Amino acid sequence: MQQRLARGEAAALGELYDRFASLVHSLAHRVLSDEGAADAITREVFGYVWENPDAYDPKQGSMRSWVAKLTQRQAVQRLRQDETSSYEESGLGSTEELEQKVRRASAAARADYIVTSMPAPLRAALELAYFQRRDYRQAAADLSITEDEARRRLRLGLQLLSSANIRPPEGAAPPGYGRAW
Amino acid sequence: MTGPMEQGEPAPDDENTPRIPSPRAAGDDLAGDDLAGGRSGSGRFVPAPREGGRGAPASPDRRAGPNPEPETPPPPDPEPSSTSTSPSSAEPEASVPEPVPPDLAPGAEPPSHTVLKSLLGAWALAACSTEETDAVEAHLTECAPCADEALRLRDAVGLLHTERSLDLDPMLRTRVLENCLGRRPARIPVPGWAAPYDAEAARLDALLNDFGDAEWHAPVRLKWFEEERRASRRTTVAGVIGHLMAVDALVATALGLDEPVPLDPEEAAGGPTARTEALWRAGRYPLTRTVREPWREQSHTLIRTVSFAGRGAAELAVSYGEFALSLQDAMLDRAFECWIHAGDIAEAVDYPYDPPSGTHLHGMIDLAARILPATLAGRRRAGLASPPRGLVTAGSPGRSLRLEIEGVGGGNWLIALDSPAALASADHEVAHVALDGVEFCKLAAGHVSPQEAAVGQLGDREAISDVLFAAASLSRL
Repeated sequence: MQQRLARGEAAALGELYDRFASLVHSLAHRVLSDEGAADAITREVFGYVWENPDAYDPKQGSMRSWVAKLTQRQAVQRLRQDETSSYEESGLGSTEELEQKVRRASAAARADYIVTSMPAPLRAALELAYFQRRDYRQAAADLSITEDEARRRLRLGLQLLSSANIRPPEGAAPPGYGRAW
Repeated sequence: MTGPMEQGEPAPDDENTPRIPSPRAAGDDLAGDDLAGGRSGSGRFVPAPREGGRGAPASPDRRAGPNPEPETPPPPDPEPSSTSTSPSSAEPEASVPEPVPPDLAPGAEPPSHTVLKSLLGAWALAACSTEETDAVEAHLTECAPCADEALRLRDAVGLLHTERSLDLDPMLRTRVLENCLGRRPARIPVPGWAAPYDAEAARLDALLNDFGDAEWHAPVRLKWFEEERRASRRTTVAGVIGHLMAVDALVATALGLDEPVPLDPEEAAGGPTARTEALWRAGRYPLTRTVREPWREQSHTLIRTVSFAGRGAAELAVSYGEFALSLQDAMLDRAFECWIHAGDIAEAVDYPYDPPSGTHLHGMIDLAARILPATLAGRRRAGLASPPRGLVTAGSPGRSLRLEIEGVGGGNWLIALDSPAALASADHEVAHVALDGVEFCKLAAGHVSPQEAAVGQLGDREAISDVLFAAASLSRL
């Protein structure tokens, strides 16, 4: 894919969009809570990838995790800008509040990425327990697994998710599992 | 956004066995909240309230002084890096034979630390029984490592959110790609005549994105117009995708690509309907969601291949069995089918689905308008249309019908009535029909009948009827 992008294949750009647009848009939306802003970030991220296909280093992880990282960086940068200018205009709020808001938004985006990247069996268990409000016994029956295994998946899934609350060192790849795309 | 995220880092792991929980290391971010007792009420260990009333007794403040020693030494904390999901994975307690089902009969032994610990995830999600919840919460007051983990997992639950991902605006794709190509022009562009297919396949794929098994097996009635009547056929959403894939393969094989699903060569040569029937029989009917990937892969490969083939390939003949289209018209035809069937699928699962962009819709209407004179002639030979009113020599102007398409993607087309070789001419206009672009496409797709179509008409009624029936006869399975 990287080579095709570098070669200037518009068809590869379309495929790139088809693969990652919903990831990019949803992460941006999670940080910025605004449809138009998420659209703009989506435009920026794909524009950047298309213009700089060589910026991706496969040794650092999957293309998916690279794209996610670009998105989070762009979106958080924009949130910071937006918040700073509204702070300057209104004088309301404080820089601490701003930082807190940025941190929360970043953690939320990391969490979303972790959920989309975690092994499907863990995600399925979390979805049953959280979104469908099944208790772990029902979830075990739904998934045809033992109750032990259901408890294990719920716990492990939340453990993975909880790593979103840790700020990664600057420049590190987003947490989660870089899977071949 | 979601729930509280007051907690900072998880407790340090087992480097030093945390018999006495260290005061939470100044979390890199939000430790202040916790110290300030920012969480409401007594519920430090209350899972996110979902079912109401599952309150828990307050646990002692773990920061305040030494805790009683936990009775069991804390097992090493599993790092959240074990992604294995097999029951025999590296999770320490998985290897411990599970003593008892943690269902707690009254008066039974309290469950072991191992069992309680295994329940922490379910507890944080409020997904265990009341007895288990009580047992876990009692345990948390006396086991610091579990209390730490419990807090961390419960905070993680706050990061889950119920907002379903919003459907992407399908037009965003066009805008994003245009912006990219404005910043760096493509060296190998997608030909303009392939753009509608590219866009429609992407739209349909996005529609399929959230489908579960129920949607994939939802019944769909395919409709078309055959032998002057409406015909229909039942299949499923997956069956429709199979149909699209089998007919797209006509174009793929004309370009030298392989069939995604090998078909009997005789049937494969028989055109769209025979190919579809062959595919439906070949797969273990009914098709499942697994059809999505080969369909999408073929559509991506088609776009890529026509991009490399370039403009020179536009006139390459693609055989549909009984007739042939140039490659560029075949790609328009496939875009049209893709939209029409995406609409069928959307209707079957009760989703909204918009028509294509104006430019693309215009191209599709133009294709139908260009084919109409030859279609009329074919129907005339078969005795299905009125005879010509006079002989027209090739290239001279003849009786014409004005097709006025209203709305986005619309325009005016003159249809030569007496012979495909005649020149359509405004001076020889004998009839005028006006209808909406989407309505015209539905007519050409056999989704509305010529009698029902909302058509404004003026002039020669026979000519109008001939053209509307010819338009409907363009449809097929």
